[in-house]
Amino acid sequence: MPNKQETTIDKTNASSNPFKNSRVSILNKIMPILLFLCAIVSVFTTIGIVITLLSETVNFFREIPIFDFLFGTKWSALIEPKQFGILPLLAGTLMITSIAIIVALPIGLASAIYLSEYAPDKVRRIVKPILEVLAGVPTIVYGYFAISIITPIIQFIFPSAGVYNALSAGIAVGIMIIPMICSLSEDAMSAVPRSLRDGAYALGATRFEVALKIVVPAAFSGIVSSAVLAFSRALGETMIVSLAAGSTPTLTFNPLDSIQTMTAYIVQVSLGDIAHGSIEYGSIFAVGMTLFVFTFLLNILAQYISRRFREEY
Amino acid sequence: MSTLIEAKDLNLFYTDFHALKNVNLTIPEKAVTAFIGPSGCGKSTLLRTLNRMNDMIAGTRIEGKLTISGTDIYSQEVDVETLRKKVGMVFQQPNPFPKSIYDNIAYGPRLHGIKSKQKLDEIVETSLKSAALWNEVKDHLKRSALSISGGQQQRLCIARALAVNPDILLMDEATSALDPISTLKIEELVQDLRDKYTIVMVTHNMHQAARVSNQTVFFLNGEVVEYDDTEKLFSNPEDQRTEDYISGRFG
Amino acid sequence: MNIFHDANRKQIANRRVKDKSLHMIFLLATSVGIIALTVLLVDIIIDGWSNLSPDLFTNFPSRKAEDAGMKSGLVGSMYIMLILVPLSFILGVGAAIYLEEYAPKNKLTRLIQLNISTLAGVPSIVYGILGLALFVRMLSLQKSLISGALTMTLLVLPIIIVAAQEAIRAVPRSRRDASFALGATKWQTVSRSVLPSSLPGILTGVILAASRAIGETAPLIIVGASTYVAFLPKSLTDAFTAMPIQIYNWISRPQVAFKDLGASAIIILLAILILLNITAVIIRNKYQKNI
Repeated sequence: MPNKQETTIDKTNASSNPFKNSRVSILNKIMPILLFLCAIVSVFTTIGIVITLLSETVNFFREIPIFDFLFGTKWSALIEPKQFGILPLLAGTLMITSIAIIVALPIGLASAIYLSEYAPDKVRRIVKPILEVLAGVPTIVYGYFAISIITPIIQFIFPSAGVYNALSAGIAVGIMIIPMICSLSEDAMSAVPRSLRDGAYALGATRFEVALKIVVPAAFSGIVSSAVLAFSRALGETMIVSLAAGSTPTLTFNPLDSIQTMTAYIVQVSLGDIAHGSIEYGSIFAVGMTLFVFTFLLNILAQYISRRFREEY
Repeated sequence: MSTLIEAKDLNLFYTDFHALKNVNLTIPEKAVTAFIGPSGCGKSTLLRTLNRMNDMIAGTRIEGKLTISGTDIYSQEVDVETLRKKVGMVFQQPNPFPKSIYDNIAYGPRLHGIKSKQKLDEIVETSLKSAALWNEVKDHLKRSALSISGGQQQRLCIARALAVNPDILLMDEATSALDPISTLKIEELVQDLRDKYTIVMVTHNMHQAARVSNQTVFFLNGEVVEYDDTEKLFSNPEDQRTEDYISGRFG
Repeated sequence: MNIFHDANRKQIANRRVKDKSLHMIFLLATSVGIIALTVLLVDIIIDGWSNLSPDLFTNFPSRKAEDAGMKSGLVGSMYIMLILVPLSFILGVGAAIYLEEYAPKNKLTRLIQLNISTLAGVPSIVYGILGLALFVRMLSLQKSLISGALTMTLLVLPIIIVAAQEAIRAVPRSRRDASFALGATKWQTVSRSVLPSSLPGILTGVILAASRAIGETAPLIIVGASTYVAFLPKSLTDAFTAMPIQIYNWISRPQVAFKDLGASAIIILLAILILLNITAVIIRNKYQKNI
């Protein structure tokens, strides 16, 4: 607030009560309330998310029985006869997420161990910013990477693979979450006190033995929670799967098939012109709700793990 | 007493800092040698050179020769893992692993290839007995090592070091974080251990050096000023600086 | 005599081999990320470099790849930033000040704090759904620029709040004491002493949030950003598009010419992101010493 005002007020008030400055104290009283309102926006965001998802989902379930939604094995929202069994979308999502985790967990963990236990300072100072850059690349760019590089390679190796396939999208999502697993796990490993490493080295352990038997167990909760967070991130990833995995909701276990994830379905519907109040409109919210519940539970789980099993070295 | 460790014209640099200057020193076998001197004098640095823990600090450079039972420990002849198996170390702060008491002791032997449960049990028992801790913990070996007191933890760390059957035991101000009673127990333990092990201890406490050691080495600014039988060094030092230090005029 | 004699050298040699080979494996794994980034950049530059021309900035999208540009996308993204940056700055910094300086230690505060960290993990597409229901339908803002900008603001808010909280927390206690000792009120202390000291950290957070928002695609699709807009929005409630939407549209087409155009647009997007990040680093380095 401008200086000028207060100096003039100081003068006018000086005569009445030298210990009271009314304008300043009003500001002092109003600001906390305004700031509180800013802070409460985030709570309203959450409430808004829950209410909108819930109310539209309830509407949706008035037309589609919840049992059919949860256990139906056919999803055909845009083509008659319309069917809304979410299992194919769920299977597609889990397939992508599993491929991503299979790619990212070993690589992310191995990089974290390398950076925290092996890498000389110089290397660490170069590699960590590169990983940060990798984490900051928009997912749409990873989507381009999937269709222009990964898919052709997969098609070269497996000629039966389609233009759109789960494997390509899964690998791209995996590459996207490597930095997340790596940097969160590395944080957890770096937090393991030097003295524990010294204790093991002094017994004649090699660096690998220190990493595997001392550092990884001591940082285990941090590592697990990083994996859970990455899993949740992969679950909600949208653009890569919309571009590379296809839009055919099929219940398949073949990663070379075209599939559809929950997120890709929401995008597909949104790109078309859907009437407010229609069954397709409602299905966005039902699918969104399913996705939200999954990611929300995973995030709570990650927080629980890192808090409950916090290491007391 | 025969010589076990010998340093000849040993120099150590941390990047630009000259931390040890022309150290010449012999350390006798099966005896307690104490390193004393004001902080930053190089006593801990020399100790950490004996099991090559300094290797892990980037920019460390060593010149000269350091032999243990005649073998140059910085030569290709000795793997650093072998060296550290033979030269155990106990640190300033007790640093038990966040594992059970049993697993703490068994960690080293397992590294070095001992798998049989029976043999491990035996090692755990003898090591804990040697460290005078067996009676206190024998009924809860599966309990977390972090649940016992600080003094017990430090004796556990000594037991852990003994479990890989070393010849030399390095103690880096091993009692400085402990209360007087725990300190006394460790000092008594050191007396018991010196028949079997060569012990080198860094201490910030001159009285401790006088109480437990056979030989004392006085360091100042990275140099070894004087070393001698403990009794002689404390009663009749040759160097004026030693006398000033032990009479409390500086440090 | 020699104490090293009885050592089991073979066992130790085996362990050393294991250590060395795993060292190589870990190094290899680490290079995967770096290789991926390199391949990605090289591929995009090969595909997109030759199409980079002023037309890309000045032309509207077109059915013919050689005439197409992303003027509407660039301007749309810029407008979104013009709304998002000040709005999220005020809300985010306000929330951070409240939580760090004013909030009592009670259940509500803990709830707000927990809520912020949970929100950071909500998938961006869910924000899109919220925006669709709240701004597009309930507030009848339609599929408009303002709907998109407000949705994105909610999305980046947790990022700014967390960054601002860290920056405020880093201001030493003594600064506050000095201000109070001169008779300043709480608000005077916060606004004149704490905020200026934490501003570099806050700005870094705002820039990071902006670079997150500029590349986000999914929420904008859900709130109805159009993929083909051949005009510039004139008011807040006009239809709009944004850079990543334009990119999505181009690279999802089967024709190679459009894919390459998408690659060119990605080059521009990445260039903007790099510029933003360099700015953040410069701010961080320049003011780090003064805190």
